[in-house]
Amino acid sequence: MSFNPEGVTRRSFLGMVGAVAGAAAMYSAMSTMGFASPSNWRGRLNLQGAPDNTNILILGAGLAGMTAAFELRNAGYNVKVLEYRDKAGGRCWTLRGGDSYTELGGFTQHIDFAEGNYLNPGPWRIPSDHFAVLDYCKRFGVKLEPFIQVNYNAYLHDSEAFDGKPQRFKEVATDFRGHVAELLAKVVDQKGLDQEVTAEDAEKLLAALKRYGALNDGFEYVTGSESSAFRGWAHHEGGGVDGKPTPSQINSLSEILNSTLWRNLTAGDNLHMQSTIFQPVGGMDMIAKGFEAQVGELITYNAKVTRISHEGDQVNAAWVSTDGSGSEQIETADYCICTIPFSVLSQIDHDFSPRMSEIIDSMPYASAFKAGIEFKRRFWEEDEHIYGGISYTNLPITLISYPPYNMFSEGPAVLLAAYPWGAFAYQFNALSPEDRIAKVMEYGSQIHPQYYDEFKTGASVAWHRVPWTLGCYGLWQDREADYLDATAMDGRTLMAGEHISYLPAWMEGAVLSALDAVERLHTTITEA
Amino acid sequence: MKALITSIALTLSISALAQETSIDTSTWFDDPATLTQTDGASIYAGVCAGCHMPSGQGANGAGKYPALTNNSSLMATAYPISLVIHGHKAMPPLGGLLDDEQVASVVNFIRTNFGNNYADNQASAELVKSMR
Repeated sequence: MSFNPEGVTRRSFLGMVGAVAGAAAMYSAMSTMGFASPSNWRGRLNLQGAPDNTNILILGAGLAGMTAAFELRNAGYNVKVLEYRDKAGGRCWTLRGGDSYTELGGFTQHIDFAEGNYLNPGPWRIPSDHFAVLDYCKRFGVKLEPFIQVNYNAYLHDSEAFDGKPQRFKEVATDFRGHVAELLAKVVDQKGLDQEVTAEDAEKLLAALKRYGALNDGFEYVTGSESSAFRGWAHHEGGGVDGKPTPSQINSLSEILNSTLWRNLTAGDNLHMQSTIFQPVGGMDMIAKGFEAQVGELITYNAKVTRISHEGDQVNAAWVSTDGSGSEQIETADYCICTIPFSVLSQIDHDFSPRMSEIIDSMPYASAFKAGIEFKRRFWEEDEHIYGGISYTNLPITLISYPPYNMFSEGPAVLLAAYPWGAFAYQFNALSPEDRIAKVMEYGSQIHPQYYDEFKTGASVAWHRVPWTLGCYGLWQDREADYLDATAMDGRTLMAGEHISYLPAWMEGAVLSALDAVERLHTTITEA
Repeated sequence: MKALITSIALTLSISALAQETSIDTSTWFDDPATLTQTDGASIYAGVCAGCHMPSGQGANGAGKYPALTNNSSLMATAYPISLVIHGHKAMPPLGGLLDDEQVASVVNFIRTNFGNNYADNQASAELVKSMR
């Protein structure tokens, strides 16, 4: 596709556009041609001309609330933020040694991780096309490092297949691709695709399949040097007398098909997982801290909102101290941006329209569970040569993610030892923190037998027990019917947060929804 | 000091690591999409207790999970059935997680435990099915 019959290649066309019309036109042309497919981030806001003494109240100091606070304050508005917790960031959250976390039901965990180790209970990866979050990281000096999604040396595991033994990703991926390529090559060779491909294309397809599938000269996927160059050798390539490698035995297609291992072969190909993706150095809440450094002075912490009401040209929010002490306070403003999750907002006294109330009340929040387990040493690196990346399993823990930081260091390290959704997450949610760790150990040790010998400590977050969200992220029951109505100004309030986006559960969705709300609010105010 | 003692106690309990859970989970975690527990008490322990808590006492945070103890809202059988199947506000719909028999079992369990004595008008799989 780099050539077209008109004699203008795509690259030379872009060069022409860039030279003639400048960068903006070039970017627009690139988007049209499919080179750049951004989230709907439109670049940094530069709002001007806020009328004097216009007060904006923001409910919630998560990323959506702090984005709105930052942009509106910069535009010249008087901004005040109410936050239930004693810290900012919301679900952009990190647990470290020395932290205490009390979940609903009063179960308290005192996190005992070693210095530098952590668990990100919420977001843990930032895709490279989440431009808004990445731009704020850059502006606020939040240092990012690569997050390793795909590791060919990590495992695919099915307790019912391969005698329950974990298989290396590179072996399963190479075998599956090789067998499929061989089958397709056979069809082409037997002229089974004559209706679909020309003779000339068929020849090229065969050459492509040979390379793609690591086939031999006979277009077969077999045990040999071609397949072992991708799936690994039985005896590794080396130096000296013992240097000659011996090929590894391939698995049959049937063995792979009759396992569940093929299911996660494309996990890293998903748009949001494609390399390169990122994580903040030191924990996800470094992003929260970056925002907090900008707008922390605008935030009132430990404020539990109890009532939202509109009177004339004003919006009021009543709140009490989270610990129940003191009397009710009232904040009054000209407009409000409400980022309170609908799971919580549905229980707050409010006077939103019947339509908005209906949408708020109809949004359940997903169940998700994460456990971090700290081990005395990096046995996955030292014994199994796994450096970052993710192993997938059919066991209730669903996956194990290896820390993509401080590799090769001595001393304890934390694995993300479980991250299930759905029925498995609901059941972890119903267990005490101690019992959850016992179950995670039981399952994880089936993949890494070192688990019990090397165990140091564990921590977990079950999202339906998180006191300030009552669940992980908002699930639309009928997004087609309800979404736009939820974005509408209701009284003098606009909703924002990951739930008001088509990137649910992602920080980018929260930030983009806030940027959109801020722009619309500013337009409403300045054009009034 | 009290916090420190609690901290040490919890750290020890997780470090010493009982290799078994404090409650029987042998019928749990059998399917990624549905609950496989069949009796009301086990279904309650496996999903409901996550929010309404093991003794039905509920919980309070920025929002709350209502207590099921001595709860007169459970008098009408249809109300808890509808909530379990369809959800409302912070209560997620569990109709996909539980089949008709399971919904009936767990509704009958909560209506006759935690200080509730609504043994009449029991939920049945047929009734649950008619309300889906």
